[in-house]
Amino acid sequence: MVQFINDIMQYEFLQKALFTSVMVGILCGVIGSFIILRGMALMGDAISHAILPGVAISFMLGINYFYGAVLMGVITSLGIGFVTQNSRIKSDSSIGIVFSAFFALGILLLMKAQTVVDLSSILFGNVLSVRSSDMWLTLGIGIFVLLIVFLFYKELLITTFDPVISTSYGIPTKFVHYGLMVLLTLVTVASLQTVGVILVVAMLITPAATAYLLTNRLSIMIVLAALFGSISSVLGLYFSFKYNLTSGAVIVLVATVIFLLAFLFSPQQGIVWRALRTNKQRTSF
Amino acid sequence: MDKAIEVEHLHVSYYGKEVINDISFSFDTGKLIGIIGPNGAGKSTLMKAILELIPRDHGSVKIHGNPVKKMRKKIAYVPQRSNIDWDFPINVFHTVLLGTYPKLGLFKRPGRKEKDWAYTCLQQVGMEKYAKQQIGELSGGQQQRVFLARALAQQAEIFFLDEPFVGIDVASEQTIISILKRLRDKGKTVFVVHHDLSKVEDYFDDLILINKKLIQSGPVSDVFQAETMSKAYQTNFPFMKAGFSV
Repeated sequence: MVQFINDIMQYEFLQKALFTSVMVGILCGVIGSFIILRGMALMGDAISHAILPGVAISFMLGINYFYGAVLMGVITSLGIGFVTQNSRIKSDSSIGIVFSAFFALGILLLMKAQTVVDLSSILFGNVLSVRSSDMWLTLGIGIFVLLIVFLFYKELLITTFDPVISTSYGIPTKFVHYGLMVLLTLVTVASLQTVGVILVVAMLITPAATAYLLTNRLSIMIVLAALFGSISSVLGLYFSFKYNLTSGAVIVLVATVIFLLAFLFSPQQGIVWRALRTNKQRTSF
Repeated sequence: MDKAIEVEHLHVSYYGKEVINDISFSFDTGKLIGIIGPNGAGKSTLMKAILELIPRDHGSVKIHGNPVKKMRKKIAYVPQRSNIDWDFPINVFHTVLLGTYPKLGLFKRPGRKEKDWAYTCLQQVGMEKYAKQQIGELSGGQQQRVFLARALAQQAEIFFLDEPFVGIDVASEQTIISILKRLRDKGKTVFVVHHDLSKVEDYFDDLILINKKLIQSGPVSDVFQAETMSKAYQTNFPFMKAGFSV
């Protein structure tokens, strides 16, 4: 670990990697909290996959992949909403239809653009190759997303908890939904370098779900989720660097270990304490 | 007297099937009004259409002489209990605090004043002891009292409650109806979708009796008659003799 800290001091690429992955951990925790409470975990998966054609087209046009990815993310969430609201198809199915179609399209387009893009680094991420421009992009997205969540916390809370009441209060519930989809897309794009398309969903869901097991306050849940996200990033980066492993996969596995600890030992929800309490009650007879 | 609500020629349909057909009524402020009718009569739909939570095909609704959009802050709504996430990370106190949001405006957060007021509302429904509990841990009646407290926190002029007494205990029902009557006495207007006919005369001043169409609206003594009721329920009420109500 001391060696790792020394290396961070020494190598600029490691500093960038650390900064970017911690930022991503925080962002995924914050947005992920809203996503899992809205029952939209699949939506995160969908958007992360569906931005692939946007990335490919951006590379073909020679523009920053950010623009194409964000555009595709927004189109996807609108498309999923449209299919769900205008047919009897439920949202999990329409998510499946829309995102796999875009993902398939993205693979074909990336194959065409092979010369400039490495498919596997988009799919699996490679945090050690983060460039300065990526780092600043992540920071920019991070500040923007956190600011929006801070300013509209009240609206996000009530539309997530009770959409009927928020509509009756005159809050534009649908608009907030699509706004959140835009934030989700931004966070996903920011996560591409760190964990990659396939594993973004884990960073969105796992730290937030861990936090969900530990508190009954949304504000605390968000802070905890951001904390778990960034811890996963730092530890994941450490192991990935030390043992030369794929960063995204290691980060996700660290997040999963933290989740398992909460799942087993959460004071209220943990299955170990629950079993002990049940057992104590039964043996008291 | 000030008209609390004026509904004119309201029509609502789901995919071309008419569920509310040309309903009109108006009421003065300071009334406790029951919306009654058989299953599938469109009671909840009527309430949602009035509040513009579902689109209407035709007709107009005015609350205190203004369109609903302008009156949102003054309208409190307590929907049927079932459709929220009971595991949501929020406790009883913060649920009630949500009721102060409409008055706060953009970017503002509830402060000391709002928190004190939310606590007062929680006391009014007798739930202050449960302030720190997660909402899913409460019984049905306790949950309903919390949602009434949230409506009270809104400091509204007009209240809409959709089947507030379904699946709750007697004590909670008593608490809720006495609070509704107190609101009425303070000049507020309260609408309640209700299906238990046995309590109608104890609870309400006026009734709106519907079965897709308006059968009759007005004082309970006028509407709650065997003949009128039979028209809505399309069955006889042998226990209600003509001209004599239970």
